[in-house]
Amino acid sequence: MSQIPAELKYVASHEWLRLEADGTVTVGITDHAQELLGDIVFVELPQVGKTYAEGEQAGVVESVKAASDVYAPIAGEVVEVNAALEASPELANSDPYGEAWFFKVKPANAAELEGLLSADAYAQEIGA
Amino acid sequence: MNAPLLHTPLYDLHVELGAKMVPFAGYAMPVQYPLGILKEHQHTRDKAGLFDVSHMGQVKLVGAGAAAALETLVPVDIQDLPVGMQRYALFTDDKGGILDDLMVSNFGDDVLYVVVNAACKEQDVAHLKTHLGGQCEVVELADRALLALQGPAAAAVLARLAPSVAELKFMQNAQLELDGVPCYVSRSGYTGEDGYEISVPADKAEQLARRLLAEPEVEAIGLGARDSLRLEAGLCLYGHDIDTSTTPIEGSLLWAISKVRRPDGARAGGYPGADVVARQIADGVAKKRVGFIVRDKVPVREGAEITDGDGTVIGRVTSGGFGPSFGGPVGMGYVPASHAAAGTALFALVRGKPVAIEVAKTPFVPQRYYRG
Repeated sequence: MSQIPAELKYVASHEWLRLEADGTVTVGITDHAQELLGDIVFVELPQVGKTYAEGEQAGVVESVKAASDVYAPIAGEVVEVNAALEASPELANSDPYGEAWFFKVKPANAAELEGLLSADAYAQEIGA
Repeated sequence: MNAPLLHTPLYDLHVELGAKMVPFAGYAMPVQYPLGILKEHQHTRDKAGLFDVSHMGQVKLVGAGAAAALETLVPVDIQDLPVGMQRYALFTDDKGGILDDLMVSNFGDDVLYVVVNAACKEQDVAHLKTHLGGQCEVVELADRALLALQGPAAAAVLARLAPSVAELKFMQNAQLELDGVPCYVSRSGYTGEDGYEISVPADKAEQLARRLLAEPEVEAIGLGARDSLRLEAGLCLYGHDIDTSTTPIEGSLLWAISKVRRPDGARAGGYPGADVVARQIADGVAKKRVGFIVRDKVPVREGAEITDGDGTVIGRVTSGGFGPSFGGPVGMGYVPASHAAAGTALFALVRGKPVAIEVAKTPFVPQRYYRG
């Protein structure tokens, strides 16, 4: 059974978002996503300073089986990426909501977060 | 057209074990079990893995003329293949292209036992019947399953069921009883490890598989790990690394052409495309299959274009992915012979970006066959 923490926001392309105290938004991929992908062996993160539109491809995650895109779930500028994840991509399997965060965005419009999926809505989305 | 997927005799067992089933060569096959591809791969290299390869085609060629007849289709010495030995072979076409790769065993008493790829088996059986009909009997063994037990613990595990299997050496085979079931056992495989391939009557396959899985060293292993294991071992996957557009010479498989069948051999030629192959042996080839390692961590997969330092596309990746035991991405592909030397620095285009690769000798991990 996939974990879907109640305090996070989600998008249908299987990224999660967390609004931090400093106004930035941390982004990662969900437990369900890592289950679908299987053993993750490579992660390509976006460039710090680059601005992405909502839904724009911002990274890549590759498992033993296949490559999959990671999308910016909210518009904004990338202010930090998780270098530890690049060095140890398997973290995305073992700790998808913790150590395996992908990148942090300074959102163009933080209010957009409200329109994204709740944990319950995401659970429905993936049939959990 | 979507024909319903065929099931191997172990289908129910795969589902019971929690396998993720996928379509492969017309069959529903386990791509992975709950352990996952990475752990299944490592387990096979550390202990022993049990693979269901019952989708592959098993054929017997029966008759005094079988060996001479089969030699008309493969560039391999079959007539002098000793009883109890197995050899790798290739079906070639008139242009020297590879129709399939196969294993041929001499069972003695004018019986050859042949294993072919699942995706090619209908075509292979038709090919055999068309060209060998009248010279020997071609009998498809549709009532047999095929298991592979691979890994450093395979010999100890299988010897618990039949102590004599320990005496077999790499590419030797025997007909013996395992758990009371008459089997064809060969010491061979597709992982680079020591191990066995076991042909078993279909109605006894599940019993034997459960018996082997009950041994503490053995885990069920899916097609995902089978692919990463064979890739690290530098072994070709038919339809990807070799096909009708590649000859044995282009495929870097000259070693598979027996000396006696080469241009200066006693039974030179005499197989489809022999003239093309002989010319390539003498003059060389324009393109060649090579292995490569990746300078970065990014997996380079099948279909990626290979470029030289100037960005000119010079080849294509035919197999590639993360090598769990190698500890990084590895692959194979075709490049011009001028760029095929080990150590040649090239690039592969991944999502449009050049990734530095280097031509490398295969296997990527040491083969551990038991040669006595």
